[in-house]
Amino acid sequence: MTASPLLALAGVVKIYGSGRAAVRALDGIDLAVEAGEFVAMMGPSGSGKSTCMNILGCLDAPTAGSYRFRGIEVAGLSRDQRALLRRHYLGFVFQGFNLLPRTSALENVELPLVYRDISARIRRARAAETLEMVGLTPWARHAPNELSGGQQQRVAIARAMVSNPAVLLADEPTGNLDSARSLEIMELLATLNRQRGVTIVMVTHEPEMAAFSHRVVRFLDGRICKEEAAA
Amino acid sequence: MTGNALRLALVAIRRNALRSALTALGIVIGVAAVITMVNLGRGATRQVTEQIGSLGSNLLMLQPGQRQGFGVSSAAPPFELADAAAIARDVGGVAAVAPSVAGRVVVVYGNENWTTTAHGVDDAYFRVRDWPVVVGRSFNPAELRAGKPVCVLGATLKSELFGRLSALNERIRVGSLSCVVVGVLEQKGQSAMGSDQDDLVLLPLRAFWRRLGSNRQVSLIQVSARDEVSTTKVSRDIERVMRERRHLSRGEENDFRVLDMKEIAETVAGTTRVLTRLLGAVAAVSMVVGGIGIMNIMLVAVTERTREIGIRLAVGALERDVLLQFLVEAAVLAGFGGVLGLMLGVLASLLVSSGLGVPFVFDGPVAALAVAFATLVGLVFGYVPARRAARLDPIDALRYD
Repeated sequence: MTASPLLALAGVVKIYGSGRAAVRALDGIDLAVEAGEFVAMMGPSGSGKSTCMNILGCLDAPTAGSYRFRGIEVAGLSRDQRALLRRHYLGFVFQGFNLLPRTSALENVELPLVYRDISARIRRARAAETLEMVGLTPWARHAPNELSGGQQQRVAIARAMVSNPAVLLADEPTGNLDSARSLEIMELLATLNRQRGVTIVMVTHEPEMAAFSHRVVRFLDGRICKEEAAA
Repeated sequence: MTGNALRLALVAIRRNALRSALTALGIVIGVAAVITMVNLGRGATRQVTEQIGSLGSNLLMLQPGQRQGFGVSSAAPPFELADAAAIARDVGGVAAVAPSVAGRVVVVYGNENWTTTAHGVDDAYFRVRDWPVVVGRSFNPAELRAGKPVCVLGATLKSELFGRLSALNERIRVGSLSCVVVGVLEQKGQSAMGSDQDDLVLLPLRAFWRRLGSNRQVSLIQVSARDEVSTTKVSRDIERVMRERRHLSRGEENDFRVLDMKEIAETVAGTTRVLTRLLGAVAAVSMVVGGIGIMNIMLVAVTERTREIGIRLAVGALERDVLLQFLVEAAVLAGFGGVLGLMLGVLASLLVSSGLGVPFVFDGPVAALAVAFATLVGLVFGYVPARRAARLDPIDALRYD
């Protein structure tokens, strides 16, 4: 049996709105991501990379075309079925961190496990372990507003990793950070990709960050205009 | 998952403590009002029932009524001793029959005088009314037979004439009759109709007839039914016997009335019950208004926490997880309000009932029901905001500022 790619988009179209106001955000995307890959998606604003990301992350469903996740067609799944896919296979890192305010770093990391049948004690232990992996054990009790941007993004990465996802989806993870912090975050992601084998798909504007990936996919006007190995 | 939702609800409520308290206030007041109303209503019902019960258990009263003539009505003739004897003989299930006659008199002792009601009674009176003599004694058979000038005082009359001094063996004048006090009745307090039951003087029937009344007439026959007998049946039998004795033909209306005190007690209690329910219903409306407050604040909370909802959805929360979270939060908020209202209501009914002199009655089932209803109100009014939260699009929710 030939292994199908972990993620495979074929002829994916996404249209927002309808009639004259319809916007074709994605206009026939074909993309395959193999397990263990680190892919960067680049392109100007409005080129469709974020929409593509949302579809890959099962947050959104394509208007037309096929999206196979581990060979399983996702395009026709219900909201709850997509939520279950996210729960078990996907981790998200956002530009704006998106941590729960007034909630400790540890509890933020614990969050994805809350929606699984895992006892509170084991949840705690796994969250603490993951927090240690990103080097934030001393900050476990701190709320996000007591942490620096870089630290917050580390907490977010820990949250994405705590459930051992197959894929980590990072939407401009360094967009809100200075360059030194950005490089630290990228190194952390690269390490996770290398050591834990997690597949990473990342949207970024910055070539320096894209350089950490294996492959760069360039978007323009809802299409993929170029795929190249990273420099 | 429910346990977790409960924990989240508690955290969220504590985080906005003041707002939560204000939100729950509607429910607090609603539940407090329901509980106060119901407790006071129960207290009033009990008071009325006790007052009517104080007339004596299973008491029936037979009074002359109106005689209908050709276009005119006149007072029907009073009863006779023989009527009482006939009832005692012919009606089954009767424990005691007490014929009596009454009239307004002025009672004089030394410089004190007092207008009161004199009752000519026999020894059955004390049994029928379930009314013991607490000082001295009641009438002995010889006094009753001979109509000796002796009397028993009601508690009010006793204190009006004698104050704290002993009344026993003192000579007083009742109307034109000079008589000796042999006993004082136990205090009964106010009747259900508000009159003072203790303002009276009792004389042997024959003594009353001789000096105060006339013609050996009986104006009231009180009958106590035995416990195991239905007062309705006894009432019917008395009616039958009396119609016969007063020679009423088939079509004629009764020229006497039989009052069943138990029935009256039930009627009065029924009225208070209806009133209680009505007030309770009004209070329940305020609970629903409180529910609208909860809905309002939950809608605000959902908007405020859109991003949190987005995050939860992104990490794999199902619609029903989010729904449950906000539903439980609304229910816990309302439930808290309910418990707080319960405490406030108990406190309020305690204060008000002692202020009104009504006995304090705590209605447990109604209290439980009120708190449960409050929680239900939270669930019902929390549903719309919770569903709104659950239906949010994760992408929009994550981008929401």
